[in-house]
Amino acid sequence: MAAITAEIVPAAPISVPKSPGFWSGVLHRLCRDPVALAALAVLVVIVAVAILAPYIAPYDPTKGSVIRRLKPIGTEGYVLGTDELGRDMLSRLIYGARLSLIMGVVPVPIAFVIGSIIGIIAGYTGGITNTLIMRTVDVFYAFPSVLLAVALSGALGSGLTNALVSLTVVFIPQIARVAESVTTQIRNLDYVDAARASGAPAMTIIRVHVLGNVLGPIFVFATSLISVSMILASGLSFLGLGVRPPDAEWGLMLNTLRTAIYNNPAVAALPGVMIFITSICFNLFSDGLRQAMDVKS
Amino acid sequence: MSKEQTVIDIRDLSVTFHRGRKPVKAVNGVSLSVKAGEVVALLGESGSGKSVTMRSLLRLHPKGTDIAGSMTVSGRDVMALSTRELGQLRGATVSMVFQEPRLALDPVYTIGQQIEETIMRHEKVSRQAASDRALALFQKVRIPSPERRLKNYPHEMSGGMLQRSMIAMALACNPKVLLADEPTTALDATVQIQILLLIRELQKEYGLSVIFVTHDIGVAAEVADRIAVMYAGRIVEEGRVGDIIRDPKHPYTKGLLGARVELAHGRDRLVTIPGSPPDLAAMPPGCAFAPRCGQASDICLRDVPLLKPIGETGNIACIQYA
Repeated sequence: MAAITAEIVPAAPISVPKSPGFWSGVLHRLCRDPVALAALAVLVVIVAVAILAPYIAPYDPTKGSVIRRLKPIGTEGYVLGTDELGRDMLSRLIYGARLSLIMGVVPVPIAFVIGSIIGIIAGYTGGITNTLIMRTVDVFYAFPSVLLAVALSGALGSGLTNALVSLTVVFIPQIARVAESVTTQIRNLDYVDAARASGAPAMTIIRVHVLGNVLGPIFVFATSLISVSMILASGLSFLGLGVRPPDAEWGLMLNTLRTAIYNNPAVAALPGVMIFITSICFNLFSDGLRQAMDVKS
Repeated sequence: MSKEQTVIDIRDLSVTFHRGRKPVKAVNGVSLSVKAGEVVALLGESGSGKSVTMRSLLRLHPKGTDIAGSMTVSGRDVMALSTRELGQLRGATVSMVFQEPRLALDPVYTIGQQIEETIMRHEKVSRQAASDRALALFQKVRIPSPERRLKNYPHEMSGGMLQRSMIAMALACNPKVLLADEPTTALDATVQIQILLLIRELQKEYGLSVIFVTHDIGVAAEVADRIAVMYAGRIVEEGRVGDIIRDPKHPYTKGLLGARVELAHGRDRLVTIPGSPPDLAAMPPGCAFAPRCGQASDICLRDVPLLKPIGETGNIACIQYA
């Protein structure tokens, strides 16, 4: 058999040029997707504004005045008007981006990691382990997201950290479900069998073949949860379980401004517009990223 | 046995699946041995247990499957191997080519990456060395412009090309045994013969022992030295290719030979074997083929015929020849 090894080594020295690699390919494909790029640009601006809030905001977001309440959009000095307590809307939206982004974005990656692990383990092992894990997950999944988030944060007490924890717990079952169903499909495919037949241990199969094929679909689902997370977070804030006034947060602002909806609807809608823009940009960008990561495109 | 070294020795293998209410006995007392450098075709229709027999050699069955009997591959008792030893056996000593190359290759990695991965799993070599070896393998299986093809993803290649890649991957770690699970069934007729010739050529060159599972007696005749015909989880007839093709003994083998499309030429209808194979969860007490057999007698319905030697090299399980 030693002779074969010798034979397989090529006669002439050949150099295999280094392949460009997966991520540079993704970047290349992403650069040709104008929609994803535009969405990314908007997100970058929002994040930059949130980080640089103290330097950009024209006024203190918490300082109000009764005499300049509910000024319409375009008022001199207050480009986006003022809210029901006379605070500058532009400043509040700028500062609000900080908390909104944190509450929208932080729970999702944490839930993504934990949910994926749970789902992949359940899907890959199957049998009783799967039943035990997935039925437990189903118990959480059975409650409507809002109800579960409110109940958990109520039990944990108010505050930003507790709100983040409860949102994470809300998303874990949803992500675990998706991860489990995708993993179950992949586990029965021929290439997993083929990998086993070529001597790959279970960990390698999970790391290489299952993760490689499962993460894409879960990733897309998870990014769609960012917008849900922002909305849920605003709901928690409204109930006094998340961010508390006078801190600026888009969801909270939306809820406090609802009293002004008949007097000054344009101003009252602004936080909602921001939530909409941010979440749609996350969705569009994640969609573009998914397409760029799909080697079949 | 002769002086030649026996590489695969399966003795009285039974495989029972426990899925659903009734246990399903997919393989029922199969004995088979393959010598070094020999190609044995396992022939039979769907559900006859040929793939199950082959997969047992790598213990690829899901948990909760009962495997009884003994299996030895190049001197190692497969049933006694630990998970770790099994990992060393799979791919390095025994490797496998699957029926659907499109499904058996991971869609998210390039073919080159998958071959390199397999090489590096079994041998401590650098990625560069592995990738050089992958290129040499691609040249070996005659894939045109191999450098470029190694960087292709599975969806970018044709079925025949993918099956060549599968074969290259299977040979990556210089195995002694190649298990081929209907490797040509999913391919076009013209590509089929190319793949068969390639397998045959590489087998001769490397002295591989091959178990070739197929339901096509023409393919078996083309590629094999010996044929073992399986029916409902048992081997019913076994012998040298020439003997079986020229002079089939078992009524089922005769039926298979008579049911070839090539022979239907000029005739109105294709000759078929009446009836259908038995339910593996409720096997008849006697010969499994008896309900479909034109020559069956009372004793056939009562007792299972044993596999007995016939002629110099053959074996047959039929009461007529006992």
